[in-house]
Amino acid sequence: MKRVFLLAASIGVVSAVAYGQSEEQSTGSVTGNVQMLWQSYSEDPVIGAIVPPEKTGFNAYGNLIYNQGGFSAGMRYESYLSAVLGFPGRFKGSGIGYRYARYADPTGKVDFTVGNFYEQFGSGIVLRSYEERALGIDNALDGVRLILRPVNGIEVKALYGRQRLDFDSRLINGPGTVRAVDGTLDLNSLLESKGGLDWKTKIMLGGSFVSKFQTGGTIAKDSLLLELPENIGAWSYRIDAMRNGWTAGIEYAGKINDPNADNGYTYRNGEALLFNLGYTQRGLGISLSAKTVDNMSFRSDRDVLLFDLPINYIPAITQQHTYNLAATLYPYATVISGESSASAEIFYSIPKGTKLGGKYGTKLSANFAAANGLDTTQLAGVEGVVYGYERNSWRFGPSKFVRDFNIQISRKESKNFKWKYTFYNLEFNTLATPVTTTFKGIVYADIHVLETQVKTRKRQSLRTEFQALFTDQDKGDWGTVLAEYTWSPHWFASVIDQYNFGNPDPDARVHYLYGAVGRIDGPHRLSIGYGKRREGIFCIGGVCRAVPASNGFEINFSSSF
Amino acid sequence: MTIAIKNAAIIACLGMFCSGVFAQALPGVQLKNLDGESINTRQLLTEGQPTLICFWATWCSPCKRELNNYAELYEDWQDETGVNIVAVSIDDQRSIRRVAPYVNSVLWDYDVLLDPNKDFARAMQVVNVPHTFLVNGDGEVVWQHNNYSDGDEEEVYEQLLKLAE
Repeated sequence: MKRVFLLAASIGVVSAVAYGQSEEQSTGSVTGNVQMLWQSYSEDPVIGAIVPPEKTGFNAYGNLIYNQGGFSAGMRYESYLSAVLGFPGRFKGSGIGYRYARYADPTGKVDFTVGNFYEQFGSGIVLRSYEERALGIDNALDGVRLILRPVNGIEVKALYGRQRLDFDSRLINGPGTVRAVDGTLDLNSLLESKGGLDWKTKIMLGGSFVSKFQTGGTIAKDSLLLELPENIGAWSYRIDAMRNGWTAGIEYAGKINDPNADNGYTYRNGEALLFNLGYTQRGLGISLSAKTVDNMSFRSDRDVLLFDLPINYIPAITQQHTYNLAATLYPYATVISGESSASAEIFYSIPKGTKLGGKYGTKLSANFAAANGLDTTQLAGVEGVVYGYERNSWRFGPSKFVRDFNIQISRKESKNFKWKYTFYNLEFNTLATPVTTTFKGIVYADIHVLETQVKTRKRQSLRTEFQALFTDQDKGDWGTVLAEYTWSPHWFASVIDQYNFGNPDPDARVHYLYGAVGRIDGPHRLSIGYGKRREGIFCIGGVCRAVPASNGFEINFSSSF
Repeated sequence: MTIAIKNAAIIACLGMFCSGVFAQALPGVQLKNLDGESINTRQLLTEGQPTLICFWATWCSPCKRELNNYAELYEDWQDETGVNIVAVSIDDQRSIRRVAPYVNSVLWDYDVLLDPNKDFARAMQVVNVPHTFLVNGDGEVVWQHNNYSDGDEEEVYEQLLKLAE
């Protein structure tokens, strides 16, 4: 608590000084937001919905930011009384979970932060602190960060801090210390005097070094007693180039031996290679990427798993799906121990006024993503115990993790009617990404989705989705129907029914019916829902968390000012 | 005891904050545009002209509906009100490479910025996308809307006309 006081006091002093200095300048401004989520629970043995002893769950957040000139300070008050089901159950109580003060020089040359901050180096492969509030994910750093831009085209970031792990009426940080530095070089800006900004080719270079410290000790493996390293370093180099609609980028990352819970406490080094290529012109866009990530799990506590204390970020290769069945039944997540993956995607618009394009044009897209295990050989004897395996190449190994192909066509037929059709073909290894407990192996599934939207009257429209998933594995076939009616700009009502009509067990052919109404008033939004929700995977922006089955009311409120 | 101290600290913070002005001005955050150039968000505004700032993501269907609907009206809006639309993508590393191909394929003529770690979104108090801000020619946020449903563009147009008066 002393720390909060100190921060409040220091913010007070700084802003008092700022006020003193800037009577002629504008006064500062305050912005904020509030989010509340309340759920009630009813038991439903058919879907496995349980009632916690508290009978309700309540999460709330309030953010405040004060800005004056280059100075800003902010904090977030959090409440988990008690945490809604699906959130880390250990989050409890109310208090301040995030606070900072920052000064960013108006010229952009100096920018420093004390307290909590979020940061990403390059693609995030060696460092990314971020939050996904709706998933309860937050690995904010708590310490000091300095960003310097001494001349145009050069940016250096340096930071020291610990990471957020938990919340028990206050912020609780993990045991490890993270120390990191990153430099980027924008060659065109740097060579501005030689006309660099006018060059057709743009080149950006970058490099990062991240080190973590955690008290060591020893670990027994078979008959060996091994010492745990206390300082672990990771680094990356990257280059990005652009020319006439083309973009290309490559990044290499490495990490020294880091025995941890993800890799079974082996002493193998980590490595990653990321490559991307894109081309775009008006009406067309193409994107290719390939990525091999080997033993790059990097956390500020070697003994934690899943969402706790990641220092880096390794996103999944597959597209983030948005339709209910594709998004929640078999969403792929990166296999953290290692995988080789590639993807290709194309977007194309058939011009309007043509025979195929119709009056308003037609939009097409196709996406393919694949990931396999690494191409490795298991080591024998003592070497096997200490190092595990060795990788033979950067290529795909024999074990298939996922294949995800989808194609979409969307078209506006008239001022009042538009439709969109999406087809997915999935091969999904539930051993690699354990999203279900009822089937172990590869699920082969086809999904069809037809979405329509009809403008019924001025400012009113009806949107529907008809979805079907067909598979012979796991829980069999599913269907989802959604209808949403909106009265712009204030009201909406929606109903969704997810139905497991093809479950091999007739008793498990359950309807998950959920309805919601809501009102939006500028930045204020209130929604009330009631119904059953399936146990499954809830994903936002590429990260997924398993949520339990639930049955009951939900009230959501958010507002910002 | 701890709770009392905690509340005192919060009240101290709030009290201090309250001496400022409750108005949303644009915070300064360094972001990249699709040409790889660094842009300070304070440079987004043109003096005397309105700016519509739309937070979106390639995985957000209502966001894409919103910006595709605005795209059909954008030329008229620009002629009548001088508005400039800035589309700020919060796609993270998983989908950031899809932004430029998507934007070009659907023929948006907006300024597009990348905010992969949500620095600008956080500074603007964006809770979820889509979230749209209308900033007047003096740099003040005069209207905002969280969520999009078809027909909201009429509300935006009314707000733009109000500013143009």
